[in-house]
Amino acid sequence: MKNHTLILSALLAGAFGSVHAAEDLSAKVDKLVASSFKPGEGQDMSRLVQDDTQKLCSKTRNNPSAKDADAINKRERATIKYPDGNKLMGDWKNGEKLVKGGFGMRIGAIEPDKADKQKGGNGGNCYACHALDPKEVAAGNIGPSLTGYGALRGASDDIVTYTYDKLYNAQATVACSSMPRMGHNGILTPAQVADITAYLVSPESPLNQK
Amino acid sequence: MKRNLTVKGLTALTLALAAPVAMGEVSVEEYRAMLADKDANPGFLVIDQGEALYKTKRGPKNASLEKCDFGLGPGKLKGAYAQLPRYFKDTKRVQDIESRLLTCMTTLQGFDEAEIKKKLYADQRYNESNTELEMLAAYVAYQSNGMKIAPPLKHPAEKEAQKVGEAYFWNRHGPMDFSCATCHAEDGKRVRLQGLVNVYNKKDIQATMSTWPTYRVSHGVVRNMQHRMWDCHWQMRTPDIDYGSPATVALISFLTHQAKGGTYDLPGMKR
Ligand code: HEC
Ligand code: HEC
Repeated sequence: MKNHTLILSALLAGAFGSVHAAEDLSAKVDKLVASSFKPGEGQDMSRLVQDDTQKLCSKTRNNPSAKDADAINKRERATIKYPDGNKLMGDWKNGEKLVKGGFGMRIGAIEPDKADKQKGGNGGNCYACHALDPKEVAAGNIGPSLTGYGALRGASDDIVTYTYDKLYNAQATVACSSMPRMGHNGILTPAQVADITAYLVSPESPLNQK
Repeated sequence: MKRNLTVKGLTALTLALAAPVAMGEVSVEEYRAMLADKDANPGFLVIDQGEALYKTKRGPKNASLEKCDFGLGPGKLKGAYAQLPRYFKDTKRVQDIESRLLTCMTTLQGFDEAEIKKKLYADQRYNESNTELEMLAAYVAYQSNGMKIAPPLKHPAEKEAQKVGEAYFWNRHGPMDFSCATCHAEDGKRVRLQGLVNVYNKKDIQATMSTWPTYRVSHGVVRNMQHRMWDCHWQMRTPDIDYGSPATVALISFLTHQAKGGTYDLPGMKR
């Protein structure tokens, strides 16, 4: 009996050892987080609480199994909300402003944003990670270049929906994407997402001029 | 250790920074060259200020910090920073330079930790000069200039800090879904025009870690690694991460081990 238990646990350790190690490490990280931020005026401890997607992406270091990636895509797709009237193409001129604007939303006691900017951003901070308007040189490269996006892909319904969805929740299509879930996380409203969609897709947009 | 600031260098530096986005190829090169001109580093003034503070009797116990033990024994400063973070028996935890400074200021000098933590960093928005904590860290770190980055990895707590620090590096939280790895796990990445260190690239992380504490030109003061940890968390839109907290020390342990073998070149000078 004793021997059987030993063999069984050895087998289990072989099969699940790495899973257990990852669980163990995640638990330690949770403890670390719990002891390293102090509640108080200007702090918002709820921002440290991970949702299931953040948990999985952290544990797998953005490399989820195919099954987990599928589960993430499904769950995130279900969060997508469309603007009133389902008009996914908004005003590209306003989209241009939003694309240039920063995130806002900085909190804390040391250097918080002004109260009105702590809740919502003032933009999508897209240039932090993407090239967009070919005239803007100060563009980051964490994400792919979006210059000429609409000129290259056209403005079919499929492209418009794909673009809106990507902006609203990047992980509906790419599990553990580095791109923030702009709509789902409340950085941008559905109407703002539609404006940026128009900026990316419209033939008149500066992004699509040579 | 006295240095003369080259006024010409500093003026040119200020001019170059006045129009960072418009800088052409040539002026970027000039700017780089000036960053490398060690004599033009205002950080040396801060190190001098830190030295004076370190040797002054202060606090409720009217003591200097000269008996502070940074791991090599009381008062042994030479090379101590190069072997941090490390496990300390008296506090029973792994500590970096700044959390250890806090320990000495409370135990040797009798300062109140909560009181010290009320003002950790100079506020660049109001052109403040460095806080005492920042000056002290700059001075202590400078005593390891020219030495190899060699944090110990013998004590189980040291191994744990490094390992959990790496796991935390990948932890995604906050409204932006960011982890440190979002910005610092690939070569050649930039946020706008700011180059990002890849902590998995040995050369890259050595260049980074060997130059902290660093004079930050855009802030006009010397910053230490605790500030950088706070700054990146602030960008991640989390609450303020606590100074010397287990998470910052674990992260710094991980980063320092990634940079092992690099040579401290202090004080650094960065954007
Ligand atoms: C922190 C980095 C980051 C920010 C900020 C960011 N993105 Fe992204 N973006 C990415 C990454 C990485 C990808 C590739 C993975 C994916 O498709 O999710 C991506 C993909 C995309 C795509 C799909 C590209 C394709 O070829 O299909 C679009 C469109 C896009 N981003 C638009 C935007 C816009 C517009 C904004 C601002 C409102 C923005 N992104 C902000 C990182 C970012
Ligand atoms: C959204 C992007 C982003 C995230 C997330 C981020 N950082 Fe940074 N990090 C930056 C930028 C931008 C800089 C400054 C680069 C500059 O000034 O040129 C920087 C600088 C640094 C530096 C100093 C680099 C040097 O060469 O001196 C370190 C170390 C660092 N970050 C570590 C971290 C750690 C640890 C985390 C997670 C707690 C983190 N970062 C999260 C963007 C980020």
